[in-house]
Amino acid sequence: MRVEGKGLIDRSKTVSFKFDGKTYQGFKGDTVASALLANGVKLVGRSFKYHRPRGVLTAGSEEPNALIEVVGASNQTPNVRATVQEIFDGLNTRSQNRWPSLRFDVLSANDLASPFLSAGFYYKTFMWPKAFWEGLYEPLIRRAAGLGSLSAKHDEGHYEKAYAFCDLLVIGSGPTGLMAALAAGRAGADVILCEEDRLLGGRLLSDDGQLDGKPAAEWLASVTAELDALPNVRIMRRTTVTGAYDGGVYSALERVGLHRAPRPDLPREAFWRITATRTVLAAGALERPIAFPMNDRPGIMLASAVQTYLHKFGVVPGRRVTLFANNDAARVVARQLMAAGVSVAAILDSRADASAVEDCPVYLGAQITDTKGRLGLRAISGSHTGGEFQIETDLLLVSGGWNPTLHITCHMNGRPRWNPEIAAFVPSEGAIPGLRAAGACNGEFTTLGCLTAGMQAAEEALAVLGRASVAIAVPKAEGLPYKLTPLWQVDGKGRAWLDYANDVTTKDVKLAAQEGFRSVEHMKRYTTQGMAPDQGKNSNIGALAVLADSTGRGIPETGTTTFRPPFIPTSIAAIGAGGRGMGFAPQRFMTSDQASRDRSAPMIEAGLWYRPSYFPKPGETSWRESCDREIAYVREAVGVCDVSTLGKIDIQGKDAGRFLDLVYTNTFSTLPVGRVRYGLMLRDDGYVLDDGTSARLAEDRYLMTTTTAAAGLVMRHLDFVHQAHCADWDVRFISVTESWAQFAVAGPMARSLLNSYLDQPLAEFPFMAVGEVSVGGVAARLFRISFSGEEGYEIAVPTRYGEALFRDLVARAETMGGGPYGMEALNVLRIEKGFITHAEIHGRVTAYDIGLEKMVAAKKDCIGKLAATRPGLVGAEREQMVGLKPLGPDAITSGAHLFIPGADLTRVNSQGYTTSVGWSPMFGRYLALGFLVNGRARIGETVRVIDRLRNIDVLAEVCDPVFFDKQGEKLRA
Amino acid sequence: MRIPCPVCGTRDRREFYYYGAEDYLKRPSDGSSIDELDNHLFLRDNPAGVTRDLWYHETGCASWMVVTRNTVTHEVLGAELVAKPSKKKGTL
Repeated sequence: MRVEGKGLIDRSKTVSFKFDGKTYQGFKGDTVASALLANGVKLVGRSFKYHRPRGVLTAGSEEPNALIEVVGASNQTPNVRATVQEIFDGLNTRSQNRWPSLRFDVLSANDLASPFLSAGFYYKTFMWPKAFWEGLYEPLIRRAAGLGSLSAKHDEGHYEKAYAFCDLLVIGSGPTGLMAALAAGRAGADVILCEEDRLLGGRLLSDDGQLDGKPAAEWLASVTAELDALPNVRIMRRTTVTGAYDGGVYSALERVGLHRAPRPDLPREAFWRITATRTVLAAGALERPIAFPMNDRPGIMLASAVQTYLHKFGVVPGRRVTLFANNDAARVVARQLMAAGVSVAAILDSRADASAVEDCPVYLGAQITDTKGRLGLRAISGSHTGGEFQIETDLLLVSGGWNPTLHITCHMNGRPRWNPEIAAFVPSEGAIPGLRAAGACNGEFTTLGCLTAGMQAAEEALAVLGRASVAIAVPKAEGLPYKLTPLWQVDGKGRAWLDYANDVTTKDVKLAAQEGFRSVEHMKRYTTQGMAPDQGKNSNIGALAVLADSTGRGIPETGTTTFRPPFIPTSIAAIGAGGRGMGFAPQRFMTSDQASRDRSAPMIEAGLWYRPSYFPKPGETSWRESCDREIAYVREAVGVCDVSTLGKIDIQGKDAGRFLDLVYTNTFSTLPVGRVRYGLMLRDDGYVLDDGTSARLAEDRYLMTTTTAAAGLVMRHLDFVHQAHCADWDVRFISVTESWAQFAVAGPMARSLLNSYLDQPLAEFPFMAVGEVSVGGVAARLFRISFSGEEGYEIAVPTRYGEALFRDLVARAETMGGGPYGMEALNVLRIEKGFITHAEIHGRVTAYDIGLEKMVAAKKDCIGKLAATRPGLVGAEREQMVGLKPLGPDAITSGAHLFIPGADLTRVNSQGYTTSVGWSPMFGRYLALGFLVNGRARIGETVRVIDRLRNIDVLAEVCDPVFFDKQGEKLRA
Repeated sequence: MRIPCPVCGTRDRREFYYYGAEDYLKRPSDGSSIDELDNHLFLRDNPAGVTRDLWYHETGCASWMVVTRNTVTHEVLGAELVAKPSKKKGTL
């Protein structure tokens, strides 16, 4: 129910939303949890294992019970914390882990069977009979497992990745964080302040405390306004820092659009990487429950959460309240409730020596031993120093003390340290380089202490940043010491929950200890404690204490579990934002791209590039028909193909030739100006890295081409060789791949096509020549090179002329009985000629293997030369490149293995494999390139080509890889 | 992880390509033995502590550099260019 006059909600704006099909009203500023509690809804979920009815426990992102599904038009998000999800008009939510309804859930029968479902029950029960596993146990467990459900559709929501940099990152905006941000902001530092909530203030929003004798809200408003106005301070609201990484890098998740009706221009979430020189962790602390019997009923909540609902939302989720606590701080909440006119039935303080000042019954030395109320708390009973009690109550506040929110200090292997004074772990200093934990997350639990710590942390950071700090008066605030007597568990008949979300009770932890799982890491895994969406935020320390108790050790001796990123559940969609579908990799388009698509050419990926596979013509029913036609263009008339994707590197300097001699196996320093040479490049270990042609444009200038896929690799390699081995040589190079559009014009009519088009017809232009030409007044480069075995040219123009040139060349080719050809035809043409691609030079072959060992110049050194002579890299045992011609018209495939006919088809008998296959119109059958053990000596032999995946079993003749025009007469024509 | 590129300043690790130990800088000469070659190509120390590796600022200035870092603490201790400045004018 609502309390008048309280809450930071906008009561003038009513918001309607749905939960489990029913429409509820709340106010702007409400979370689903606060709005449901205001509407008297206590039951919001079912627990994972026993399907126990559960209500809201907390008021923050650590919530273990109130996990709901948010159903959008295009997505469905499970396990959303109702305590974090803000309501907006049209928000549709539902409870999860129940069937058929939240109030009546069939699987709650598990609860009756709980004596048999204790820790390790899976491991013990589903062991035998073995045959039952696949058919019965596994499907059964799978059906029961998992929290929430998915729509099984793509999430069409929009997410973003973003980057930010700052001098000082402040994580959390409670008293500590605000002071730190204010001090650093006024000193002029570049500050980012991240706050998980929609409002700055942290516990100041919940405490209803005083600063400088005035309501804290006044100070908060003025500081917020100042920080908002400072240009050097960036406030990131609704942003949770989720992880700490090397070098001052932090990840953060911003809920950009989750709190409002979807808007197409807003992402749902943004995943940030924030790089900070210094960081102040001011994440506060989390109140911890106490494990007493039947402590999981709806209506049993953390005291601090009820305080938050009272002051931040104006909601009191009960009519007759009780408090069970082991510390002074929680008793303030009971007093505030009374002041707000709420009936407090009793205060149960577990400490026998505590005071009793409140105007209500106060039981000291109290312990709750049972609770009642299936779908909502009705009564509690227990004992105290004066006897027993039984109290009718519908809201029980629990406080077992506070745990510093030190999670991200563990992200780089930091081990928290036990502080017996507050009976809690505190961060180890220096756990994250550059990060200072301050305030409550460092074990400082008074407002005054937090304000001071925030100020000091900022000063420390400013000193490191080399900035003078500006003196700021710390507001006067409450500074009463935090006093508690640890109480972890209360013995009794019923089950006492530690981990609500995963249904782990004290009994499970004791059983784990009894069965030998005495290490906290083993206990966790055996009981699944801490493995639910809250990652043990509510239960780790309690479970550790129970384990310590069961094994007769102290808590620090028992150890601690540490925390890994992310601090809160983080959607993969946000981490991988932009990476889905076409966003997976950048796309590179050639200048002819539109022209090819205009001709309905299907595109195929080549590295990051998109290249046309073939150009279908009306009436053609298969790609093979188109491919065969395009092959005929090149063999009989003229074909045009965009080859701009090949890497182009402009190499200049007096030592350019010397440099190419070092990176290529063959010699380029002797290449005459105006000539092109084919070159082979080796890796440091002697295997083939890449191949391509290089042209000498001038005495001190070469243009190297690389294969499409290896362009980046070669550039990196050249940079390495240059910088590591010959930095003092006079040579410089740069990639010009995207500066030039280049087209192959190939076929017997290639020259006449070019002559009809060039401003001046070609004079003498022999095979492997390069020269300047002019096309429509545009300076172009012409290379006479061939990847098809036909007379071939490649003409290059500045990129901006690429599309026009392609369209023109294709149109002219068509008047001559030719036309454009795509990758399929290009592939067959080069297989027929025995030209290699990276299908052949795939990283495990040497120059010797591909029959090019003669290209390794004897007279000079080159990268990889010596390494290629290592034992095992040369000789008859090597698989050598051969051509394969099937004896009949049967299809063969690449990747098939080669066997001696009659040999057993076993792996050890494999003699090699095929790498490239194409159907050759010239030979009327398939042709393949492949590698065969001692292949060059076996030309003429018959091998069996086996591909068991595609049912290929064909006999083929081993031949020379060059299937036609071995002398190269056609290309020199 | 952040790498202090001597040319561009400290940048995110994603801008860099990792190659391997700085041993790759010492290219065996023409007449090296198989053992020397084997050493150069494959045999690496795997220190728990300070290590020196080759990184390439691929999406930055295209410089190769030796990055000194501690494999235990993850501390990046420095980076120096592979191409040493030469006394000759007009070269690196």
